[in-house]
Amino acid sequence: MGEKVLMKGNEAIAEAAIAAGCRHFFGYPITPQTEVAAYMSKRMPKIDGVYLQAESEVASINMVLGAGAAGVRVMTSTSSPGVSLMAEGISYIAGSDVPCLIVNVQRGGPGLGGIQPSQADYFQATKSTAHGDFHMLVFAPSTVQETVDMISTAFDLGDKYRMPAMVLSDGMLGQMMEPVVLPDARDPDNDSKEWAACGHGNKREHNVVNSLYIDPRELETLVRKRYERYAEIEENEQRAEEYLTDDADIIVVAYGSSSRVSRSAIDMARKQGIKVGMVRPITLWPFPKKALLKHADHAKAFLSVEMSMGQMVEDIKLAVECKVPVEFYGRTGGVIPTPNEVLEQIIRINGGDQ
Amino acid sequence: MAIKGEKPHALTDAPFHYCPGCTHGIVHRLVAEVIDELGVEGRAVGIASVGCSVFTYNYFNCDMVQAPHGRAPAVATGVKRARPDNVVFTYQGDGDLAAIGMGETVHAASRGENIVAIFINNAIYGMTGGQMAPTTLPGQVTQTSPYGRDVKTAGNPIRVCELLSSLDGVALAQRVTVDSVKNVREAKRAIRKAFEYQIAGKGYSIVEVVSTCPTNWGMSPTDALQWMRDNMIPYYPLGVYKDVGEGEQ
Amino acid sequence: MSDLNVLFAGFGGQGILFTGKVMAYAALVEDKELSWLPSYGPEMRGGTASCSVCISDKAIGSPLVVNPDVLVAMNLPSLEKYMDDVVPGGIIIVDSSIVQREVEREDVKVVRIDASRIAEENGLKGAANMVILGKLFKETGFCSAESLDLGLQKSIPPKKAALLENNRKAIALGIEN
Repeated sequence: MGEKVLMKGNEAIAEAAIAAGCRHFFGYPITPQTEVAAYMSKRMPKIDGVYLQAESEVASINMVLGAGAAGVRVMTSTSSPGVSLMAEGISYIAGSDVPCLIVNVQRGGPGLGGIQPSQADYFQATKSTAHGDFHMLVFAPSTVQETVDMISTAFDLGDKYRMPAMVLSDGMLGQMMEPVVLPDARDPDNDSKEWAACGHGNKREHNVVNSLYIDPRELETLVRKRYERYAEIEENEQRAEEYLTDDADIIVVAYGSSSRVSRSAIDMARKQGIKVGMVRPITLWPFPKKALLKHADHAKAFLSVEMSMGQMVEDIKLAVECKVPVEFYGRTGGVIPTPNEVLEQIIRINGGDQ
Repeated sequence: MAIKGEKPHALTDAPFHYCPGCTHGIVHRLVAEVIDELGVEGRAVGIASVGCSVFTYNYFNCDMVQAPHGRAPAVATGVKRARPDNVVFTYQGDGDLAAIGMGETVHAASRGENIVAIFINNAIYGMTGGQMAPTTLPGQVTQTSPYGRDVKTAGNPIRVCELLSSLDGVALAQRVTVDSVKNVREAKRAIRKAFEYQIAGKGYSIVEVVSTCPTNWGMSPTDALQWMRDNMIPYYPLGVYKDVGEGEQ
Repeated sequence: MSDLNVLFAGFGGQGILFTGKVMAYAALVEDKELSWLPSYGPEMRGGTASCSVCISDKAIGSPLVVNPDVLVAMNLPSLEKYMDDVVPGGIIIVDSSIVQREVEREDVKVVRIDASRIAEENGLKGAANMVILGKLFKETGFCSAESLDLGLQKSIPPKKAALLENNRKAIALGIEN
């Protein structure tokens, strides 16, 4: 492990990816993630890596498809409108079982929206990225250090399950600096995989990386197999952090930036004697249902705090199986909720002023 | 040209799905012969596009990646940048390369991406059943230009080789056809040169093959070839539009 | 001191983000928990800039400082926008060369320092932000003098090492005045 340094979230994403052995980055500038690309453009040429500024996010994600299909560790990063443009490519990547990493430093939407931090891409990341039955692994960091640690996990699990992984950050986490310790650098991960299209060298049958299956039964069989893998992931890869949940009457559920605001609000509420805690999803897909359900028996209410009009709240309702009321508080469009606003909600749910 | 009975090794045994009289089969064979002759099947990676040639991944014996519609140049870029020693080619039709994928095409060419594009221009969308393509001729009747392509509303056809030849990154831009023994030989020479240029690291090469679509043109294969000679070749003249030459640059 | 939340605000180009950065690095030297959050976007280009710095012994919750313990206002719009948000008992530091307006609050300490003029008179034009940082250091003692100097060194990239001495001088002037 190295020494503790101050890094912007976006730069930490780039350096962590390099430390995780990634030597291939394709991207297109968009605020508030551009520092990732800028950092990569500076570093990659010096470490025998590939940095390429594509002509669009559409091209970026297809370059990722090509490099991933050729078997190397590859990534792109963008912000919300860019993911919309990448949707088609992500579907092909998932349908072709190609691992890769996609970073979304979220900003306010819809449309051109704004450039301030947002969490309004939850549905897009976890459910409706693009056409067809598929999932991405979705990770939601809440600190710069966690972002760093998560990048290598996202790459590794993407490889393990042969699927795209997304790190869902936002403008606040991307732009802020915090102390981080970078992990020891791994060797470049450009080893070929047995399924990859990188030349058969006259030593094996030709590999085809493909998502087209004209026979519906064949396609159904393949999708079902992929869903068996998804079931395994849902069983084994759910991740969440719990904060003061043991005796909690109220469980706040929040991820990323809004979890930090919530944490401040919870500390304030605890000082007032309110028994409130937090389950912070670290994986958004698979959603940490188990961590939530186990509190459904003792908690009186759940409160979803999001920087959106209410997206994750639906998954919380499903996770707690209607045992407890699930409330929602959100700000959107790039507005960050304040701890006081969240505190007010906690007090209201707790039954008003103490 | 010696008539060879056997298939090139770079083609699989899978029977082509193409319609009778379609020139895809000839062009596939030429690409495969070049791969064989250059001895690069083991390091070749082909990028299948969307359109009639979508199943090329079943026909070429080298490793293949199937790309989204129009994105073959970007996918090829990814493969080539990840594996510079691979010999990477796209196989695209006119809708894929010159309509939905024009952005990717122009930028891959402009970057001098060290890949080969085999471009089948038959002035129509084949796979979806005969709609207007970016290369459909003025006045040409298709399913979506039922009164003939009116350039006032539908715009003009795109001459791809001419367009790309202005870009510095392009090593070779040549238009050929495969309607005669002489032209087939010339087409193969162009394809071979394109692959050789890639191996020599010269940049982006495109070989545009003016082709037919008897099924969607509603003609016999022979009539289709004649229609192509009479109508397409005057609009899309054969020839070399850019060639950086064999020497060092 | 367990928690200190500081909001720096002013015009783009006054070194608002850099000032926050020096403070953040000083806290890093002392192995504190900290966060540094800049405003970003078009407003940076000639408009207003702000920067939130949180220093604590515990993990930082929201890094966005809504109710600062210390507000540094380097122009009038910033003072007017944020002065009511400062926590009771907090501090407002104003560059009085630029901002003449009085602060009507009784429950905060208002520190006025002629930072721009002091910097200019000492041949340190453009270093008013460091004069103010010196003042902030003196008022709060958010770190040791040694850590502040190390923080400054870490904030200046090697290419601009020549600027180190002037910044040191400016900080010293802020502490003295």
